[in-house]
Amino acid sequence: MRFFEYESRRILERERIPITQSGHATTPEEARRIADEVGGPVVIKSQVLTGGRMKAGGVKFAETPEECEAYARDILALEINGHVPRGVLVAAKAPIAQEYYAGVIYDGVRKLPTFVFSDMGGIDIEEVAETHPEHIGRGHFSTVLPHMDFRAKDAIAQTGLTGRELTRLTPILSALARLFVKYDMTLAEINPLVRLEDGSFVAVDAHMDMENEARPRHKALLAELGVGEDETREAREATPFEIEGERIDSVDHRGVAGNVTEFDGNLGLVIGAGGGSLTLFDAVRRHGGRPANYCEIGGNPSVSKAANLTKLVLQKPGVEKIAVMMSIVSNTRVDIVARGVIKACVELGFDPAEKIAIFRIPGAWEEEGFKILERYGVEYADRSVSMHEAARIAVEKVSGGGADGAGPLRGEETDAEKPPAERLAGAGEVVEG
Amino acid sequence: MSILIDESTTFIVQGITGREAVNLTRECLDYGSTIIGGVTPGRRGREVHGVPVFDSVAQLVEATGQVPDGSVVTVPPAFTRDAVFEAIEAGVRLVVIVTERIPRFDVAQMVELAALRGARIIGPNCLGLMRPGVAKMGGIGGPARDAAKAYGAGAVGVMSRSGGMTTEISSTLTAAGLGVSTAISIGGDAIIGSTYAELMPLFEADEQTQAIVIYSEPGGRMEAELARWVTENNSRLPIVAFMAGRFMDEMPGMSFGHAGTIVEGKADTAAEKIARLEAAGIAVAQEIAEIPDLVRERLGAGAGSGSGRQVVA
Repeated sequence: MRFFEYESRRILERERIPITQSGHATTPEEARRIADEVGGPVVIKSQVLTGGRMKAGGVKFAETPEECEAYARDILALEINGHVPRGVLVAAKAPIAQEYYAGVIYDGVRKLPTFVFSDMGGIDIEEVAETHPEHIGRGHFSTVLPHMDFRAKDAIAQTGLTGRELTRLTPILSALARLFVKYDMTLAEINPLVRLEDGSFVAVDAHMDMENEARPRHKALLAELGVGEDETREAREATPFEIEGERIDSVDHRGVAGNVTEFDGNLGLVIGAGGGSLTLFDAVRRHGGRPANYCEIGGNPSVSKAANLTKLVLQKPGVEKIAVMMSIVSNTRVDIVARGVIKACVELGFDPAEKIAIFRIPGAWEEEGFKILERYGVEYADRSVSMHEAARIAVEKVSGGGADGAGPLRGEETDAEKPPAERLAGAGEVVEG
Repeated sequence: MSILIDESTTFIVQGITGREAVNLTRECLDYGSTIIGGVTPGRRGREVHGVPVFDSVAQLVEATGQVPDGSVVTVPPAFTRDAVFEAIEAGVRLVVIVTERIPRFDVAQMVELAALRGARIIGPNCLGLMRPGVAKMGGIGGPARDAAKAYGAGAVGVMSRSGGMTTEISSTLTAAGLGVSTAISIGGDAIIGSTYAELMPLFEADEQTQAIVIYSEPGGRMEAELARWVTENNSRLPIVAFMAGRFMDEMPGMSFGHAGTIVEGKADTAAEKIARLEAAGIAVAQEIAEIPDLVRERLGAGAGSGSGRQVVA
């Protein structure tokens, strides 16, 4: 779960990492008051969970509180990549002598957290890694042994820094690592971390990502920051279709109907589970099909959960038919899913034989499931029909089926400025070669 | 020879009285596995399908007079770290973690302790492993009857980030007459105990295994690690890969399928991984159904490193 910049700053503050004076405002008047308190020139930044703020005009500099108020009014009204800003951050403009980058991430290959440090901060760290690798320092640290400052020191020293820069930066990077561990972050990044003209160090911008699985451990922090328990903070906001999918999943504890995601095609998908769904979604597109949705059904769902999800998909505008497909199941029961999808069709007044383009779920209780499908005249397949073949059969039954290749997915937002540190994990150790 | 499990392997189930663990225990026993005990704190004295239950691993070791070779851990995420540490500190050397949704820091700690103690972790968020016709450890393949239908003994080692796709691929290989030497559901999280590259030396040393099939997904650098391993170690085993989630390349920042699947940058997209795997001489199948032919072609062509077995240390 991503934090807004103003929240990341509060976390830094909590852990006694120095930051520039700032405040979060949701009205222009409030922004002006903060500028007044801060005194002197300020920067006003849109609080959105998307990249490209600067380019979109979501970051402005103001000399006076009046100017700050005017800019805040503009920025608060400015949508960036479809995101409405949560507010604006008003922060003191710092007299910068030098910019640095400080980050902590996981390296999935070494399976340890790692420091990433650079004395070329303020720009894309990936670019620095490519063009000036000698300006990047790294180092893993243990998750079992007590945390030691020397690990941070070693990472910084790799860039050639020494003297007061090294001794003053070490406790900051080390504190960032402790924070990373304490709050179950998957990313903690200060960029830039700056040396002011008076020789002191201060964080100017921060990005943090907390692992979703660990949220229950940090209820106190999240409450303090005002993060609601139902805030998902995905890369794009959930659509009503997706919210309904989540509701269907949560009202019935039997089985899982996860990751219900909307697309704009005409073939509805009732597919499962994790890897099976990824494979089947690709398979539909490979055969020129246009999926109306993505989902992951598994964990032996009840008839009603399967039926409710199927109804949701069937009622989505533009859906002509549905394909019910999974990889071989051993826990989920074929007959229960069959009953669920048929129930959904019948209750909506559809003929299952017409609406269900293909049913391909082999595995547990398949004989019973296939009998039910036969009774309703639904075309089904066992494991002798591959997942891709089943997808092809389904695609051919909807209009435009079998066209050449898949069109682009609905214009999903891309996140060019997503903190790049994660992309660096392990780079140079494994990737190059 | 075999990989990780054979007919003499003994293991325990931690969290054995949970609903899924009870099923899993039944399935493993039916398949021929040897489960010497189970652990659930506070349930000492009970039995699950004839398997005695203890309060702790230490108690189990004392009562049975032996340290089990392995453990299948099925306790809830908040208690998994403790259970895994308990098993490793009792001397268990193979820990299969079934539990999903474990915070990454906990996983890193378990994996680091395992490395310090010389133990191996499979998972988390996995279905375990199976040597067809011999034994299985975990829910892989489901009930013994279903497992027998999908997994026939043979020449191909299977490693998969998806539990369900382990079975789909194994079934395809079995139906094609190639069969499976050992199938390992390695888990779908961002950090896992054993990656493809880390398991390769075991398959390399296994006479039964003549080829490898992997199932992979976007996210992470495990495929790059495998590509490098193959290049550096002159592996005797031809590898065929299947990459799911190609559509995710168009949707950066969003996670589907498993916790470990998220496209963060250029290096972890499906397209980039396919390029890396192919550059290392690994065939990448477009469809599951193509896998058996690709395996056969490469076996026939004597792919890998020429003739004979070449065991890599």
